[in-house]
Amino acid sequence: MGERAIAAEAHGLVKEFDGQRAVDGVSLTVPAGSISGILGPNGAGKTTTIRMMLGIIEPTSGTRVLLGRERPLEAAREVGYLPEERGLYPSMPAAEAIAFMGALRGLPIAAGRRRALELLDGRGHSDWAKRPIRTLSKGMAQTVQLLGTIVHRPKLIVLDEPFSGLDALNQEKLEQLIRDQAAAGTTVIFSTHVIAHAERLCERVAIIAQGKVAFEGGVDEARDRLRPIVHLRTRAEDGPWRTALPASAQCIAGEWRFELPEGGPEPLLKALLDGNAGIETLSIERPGLHDAFIAIAGAAAAREMGHGSIAEDEAA
Amino acid sequence: MTLPETLRAAFVIARRDFAATVFSKTFLLFLLGPLFPVAMGVMFGGIGNRIDAARTPPQVAVIAPLADFRALAAARERLSPLADERPFLVLRHAPPEPDLARQRAALLNDRETERVGVFDGGLARPHFTGAVAADGRIVRQMAMFVDEARRGPTTAARPGATIKVTLAETSSGSLAFARQLVARGGQMILFILTILLAGMLLSQLIEEKSNKVIEILAAAVPIDAIFLGKLFAMLAMSLIGILVWTAAGAAAIAYFAGGGLGALPPPAVGWPAFVALILLYFTMSYLLIGGLFLGIGAQASTVREVQTLSMPVTMMQVVIFGAASLAVGKPESREAIGAAIFPLSSPFAMIARAAEEDIIWPHVLALGWQALWVAVILKLAAAIFRRSVLKSGPAWRWPWQRRKSA
Repeated sequence: MGERAIAAEAHGLVKEFDGQRAVDGVSLTVPAGSISGILGPNGAGKTTTIRMMLGIIEPTSGTRVLLGRERPLEAAREVGYLPEERGLYPSMPAAEAIAFMGALRGLPIAAGRRRALELLDGRGHSDWAKRPIRTLSKGMAQTVQLLGTIVHRPKLIVLDEPFSGLDALNQEKLEQLIRDQAAAGTTVIFSTHVIAHAERLCERVAIIAQGKVAFEGGVDEARDRLRPIVHLRTRAEDGPWRTALPASAQCIAGEWRFELPEGGPEPLLKALLDGNAGIETLSIERPGLHDAFIAIAGAAAAREMGHGSIAEDEAA
Repeated sequence: MTLPETLRAAFVIARRDFAATVFSKTFLLFLLGPLFPVAMGVMFGGIGNRIDAARTPPQVAVIAPLADFRALAAARERLSPLADERPFLVLRHAPPEPDLARQRAALLNDRETERVGVFDGGLARPHFTGAVAADGRIVRQMAMFVDEARRGPTTAARPGATIKVTLAETSSGSLAFARQLVARGGQMILFILTILLAGMLLSQLIEEKSNKVIEILAAAVPIDAIFLGKLFAMLAMSLIGILVWTAAGAAAIAYFAGGGLGALPPPAVGWPAFVALILLYFTMSYLLIGGLFLGIGAQASTVREVQTLSMPVTMMQVVIFGAASLAVGKPESREAIGAAIFPLSSPFAMIARAAEEDIIWPHVLALGWQALWVAVILKLAAAIFRRSVLKSGPAWRWPWQRRKSA
């Protein structure tokens, strides 16, 4: 990260709704020009955090700085936002809706209309321009709203669950759009409960669980938090070699699965060979972000609640 | 957020709302709507006139010798200058028959003529049989005729005293009364326009809330700008409506009455200033009451809630109007000053004052005062919206709740 400027920052954001703490001291740092993901299960506080950072709602306590401004609305002209609950005026033609969203953020309406046509044209959707939103499919309307989010060429784009509701093809298009924006120097923040997207796109992630940041940093850093996983099949069912396996090792359908012990692979191999385990297959795999997420969010949740781990199945 | 930025954002919101309303098919209905009752009025007015023309004064049959009848008829004739817009009873002679009871019954049951009753007994023992009007008017008239007939023409030839009459175009009494009429008329116009048009603001934020556009708006512009934009968009739309209706009304008056307005006495400030003030005070009353409605309606989350709210809110307008109308005719009274100071009734009170007093500066003061309150109401509405709908900032609690949570 080094000397990179900071596009968005949050310090100890707290939000209470009717006495319930939805966000409990979230701190985040988003470097300019990066793609950052906010990861967490549904109801973890991602949307509330985003809404506070954008100034839609005021935090109960804590501060945030958006593009150098402590009042986020003052940066509105340089920010694009796609809310989780998409919404457009149903009777507005698509191009007009894009121009309107630009106008809200200070783009003159004429320029907005011109750019709307260019954006639609560029994606082969020029026939949508005059169609009222209500005649478009949900996916089409979402594309229109996304174009409205970037029409004023913001420096910072915030997308709340942008992949939900899109088919595989459109998810791929959206990923490309996010990469293009970042390549052009725009900072992108998006929230998701689908880890695969974060893993493919993000430079940095913040994992939020139970209203708290369980992890914030680079994606590699998150993965490195977990020890590699060992998959092992042996001919012998039992023997002295079993003492080399950690207590948490699980045997599922004849295959042992456990975290690589602190000592590394060598002592393990030696114990297996000396104990005549009869190794059939052995693989040591680096954990994915998915494993890291479950480990981090689950552990944090377990610490806070005192029981269980998150039940969410995050695989895309 | 700076003021120019807020105004710019408000303009973007207003432009969208205005276009969405005015360029819709339903707007045509909106424009035509108020013309329906006028058209109905013209139509029913015509029918009413015909009914009135067909109505004849009530008849009473008088069973009496011809001499008695003539005395009564002459008495009626002498008194007739005192009859108001409802003419006196018409007396019809019926020569006495041997069986009085049967004759009376026959006359009462005769369906050929509309008869309200039968009079017999002559001047000595007058007796009336028949339907009696609720106000006792028929019997009172008969009694009056009998009294007058008893006095007879012998008391005096009554040519009527001659009074020399000097005609004055207006007297102070009639001018004050006529100006009160103009004052009440002005208030009525303001009231009807406000009640017709401001109610729409109750549902102004329902669309954004139900289709989630509010999230896009709230992320991009201050809530104040959203409220301001919506209020002014509806004001602009209402003014277009008023322009159309006024033009239609003026055309109708010119066509049917041929300068009928000329008969009205000019208000104290003169017609041009009065019309300008009606427009200005309508704008203010619309912004004040509309701003309040916008704030109240923004709290509702469903169309059903808005519908439920609309009746109490209309009642509130009626109360405000009632308070302001108390002050008509006594512009210096405590009620009048109070109604002019209370922001919501101020436009109504001030338009009445314009009809009755020719000083201009209080209007400048009042408009400034009202504009200040428009700003206060909008700020307040936006703040409450942020708090209770967006759940922004620390939750508002009752004092006892605060103690509990502390």
